[in-house]
Amino acid sequence: MEKTAEQIRGDLLRPLFHSGAGYWMAVGLTGGMVLAGIFAFSYQVYHGLGVWGLNWPVFWAFDITNFVFWIGISHAGTLISAILRLANAGWRRPVTRCAEAITVFALSIGAIIPICHLGRPWLFYWLVPYPSERHIWPNFRSPLLWDFFAILTYLTGSTIFLFLPIIPDAAAARDLAHGWRKKIYGFLSLGWQGNPRQWHRLESAMHVMAIAIIPVAVSVHTIVSWDFAMTPVPMWHSTIFGPYFVCGAIFSGVAALILAMAFLRKFLHLEEYLEPIHFDHLGKLLLTMSLLWFYFTFAERLTTWYGNGVSEMNVFWSSIRQNFAPLFWTMITCNLIIPFPLLAIKRFRTITGTVIASATIVAGMWIERFLIIVPALEHKFLPYSWGSYRPTWVEITLMVAGFGMMGLLYLLFSKVVPMISMWELEAGIRKGPLVRRRAATFEPGVATANSGLAEPQSFATDVSR
Amino acid sequence: MKALYALYSDPDAAQRAVNFLKTARGSLGIGQRQIVVVTGEPFDGYDFSDEHSRTHIFLLASIGGIVGAILGYLLTRFTQLSYPLNTGGMPIVTSWTNGIIIYEMTMLGAIIWTLVTLLVTARLPQFGKSISDPAIWQGKILVGVTDPPDQARTELEQRLRHAGASEVKSIA
Repeated sequence: MEKTAEQIRGDLLRPLFHSGAGYWMAVGLTGGMVLAGIFAFSYQVYHGLGVWGLNWPVFWAFDITNFVFWIGISHAGTLISAILRLANAGWRRPVTRCAEAITVFALSIGAIIPICHLGRPWLFYWLVPYPSERHIWPNFRSPLLWDFFAILTYLTGSTIFLFLPIIPDAAAARDLAHGWRKKIYGFLSLGWQGNPRQWHRLESAMHVMAIAIIPVAVSVHTIVSWDFAMTPVPMWHSTIFGPYFVCGAIFSGVAALILAMAFLRKFLHLEEYLEPIHFDHLGKLLLTMSLLWFYFTFAERLTTWYGNGVSEMNVFWSSIRQNFAPLFWTMITCNLIIPFPLLAIKRFRTITGTVIASATIVAGMWIERFLIIVPALEHKFLPYSWGSYRPTWVEITLMVAGFGMMGLLYLLFSKVVPMISMWELEAGIRKGPLVRRRAATFEPGVATANSGLAEPQSFATDVSR
Repeated sequence: MKALYALYSDPDAAQRAVNFLKTARGSLGIGQRQIVVVTGEPFDGYDFSDEHSRTHIFLLASIGGIVGAILGYLLTRFTQLSYPLNTGGMPIVTSWTNGIIIYEMTMLGAIIWTLVTLLVTARLPQFGKSISDPAIWQGKILVGVTDPPDQARTELEQRLRHAGASEVKSIA
């Protein structure tokens, strides 16, 4: 039986006002991971960057792996949400906010990482293009500065894209809450009333944002790939890096979205909203991305192998057969061998199946980022500039803290904002019969046999009669 | 702010109430701006909603994009000319790489302009008193009149009820 608006609001607002012990334990665990990261970062600031395992010739390793990984994870949300909104996919409604929140948090974590890598992190604002007395203007030819602009645009757009549909839900919470919560939601809702003018403007703005955010999302990870592709390092200077990175980003992003949805479903008791069908649809998308990712990986390595360039083959063999081979084959196992049967066979494409596949993919995609970066830096063009890299506890702790921060931000967000857009869900339920009428017009013969169904008349016309 | 409003469970009934208020505006002495409709979700397909659907947000977002592109062009070109840096044998003004910055600034301009347009045209933020009722979040539709003339209150109430209101309330 369909739920009423009141029941939906009751279910979705409940986690804002009541949380179980499991929720607070999760907050404690993720908060502890973040504290460990703060300790490691403080240690690094005090002792200098030498506490990392970086040494000539490997000057990028865990940190840039984490950066690329988190920027990739951020592609789950806004991009997928925007595509589903534009396609008017009805099943998107319980999924979009979970996804959009991932983008904002993952992007924020990704943006912090280059700051951690600075020798003097407190001077991070030197990245901002402004005229200074030192005459150090940022160099617009540097891909790192392109990153700054791309991430700034994507973060701004994603934050607005997340915030806009929250406004009416915050207004609902404002009208139903008391005390200090009423003040907070009153502020968050910007005094939203809910008149038709506001609804139309909001929906139009969401539509424009969806159109604008898709090319921005694609550009962000393309530009991240150009951090590498613009450098004459073996196996980096590649023309396919842009689409390869975008594909990998969507791949890891969808996997992260499935994990987040499963987590919310379990801990916020949203079983009736995040249903097996949502996991099934996302599982199919994940399967497509898995195959596409393998296609790119194969194409890139085949071209290298066929070209048989000396310096490139050194990197190639180090990842396939030599010291990085265990990581390489783990990556293949995590990104293709385990997920493929779980996602391709309908019987296995359950919530559990998609969650297992997603967990392996997230791990596999982190390894993929690492394998793009470190083996290439260890084997540059001349053997005299070869070296090796091992991470230290500081880098590992910072990596763990990144995951902790993601979990903590997500948990705290779910305590303040309903994780499913209530007004969109209700509008979807109300439009159900209209959608079914429209769908009937596409069935062969129906439109001609019953011309009354060809185009649903406006309700207003019906009413005015 | 004084107001008289009714709550409707059925959007058709809400539309009837709005139609009545519009046709009886002259005789009741109320203006178009005094008629208020408030809902907990968008109701596309009804006149009371669709008459507000006309928007220039796409056009304004495009203008925002153009402004962003011009700013991006000026930022990159004049920075490079003011502080010429020779990098890898590239020209001082590098159109290829500047295109990336200009592209991002274009999109940023469009995004920010969209937000500003939304806030201005939806009249947000608006923290003053406005007519509302928690029942709209339970699926009800609020149709009412702000500052109704005293002599018309009885007729208004009757008509709003006649349209199918589940409840009629007033704010003194």
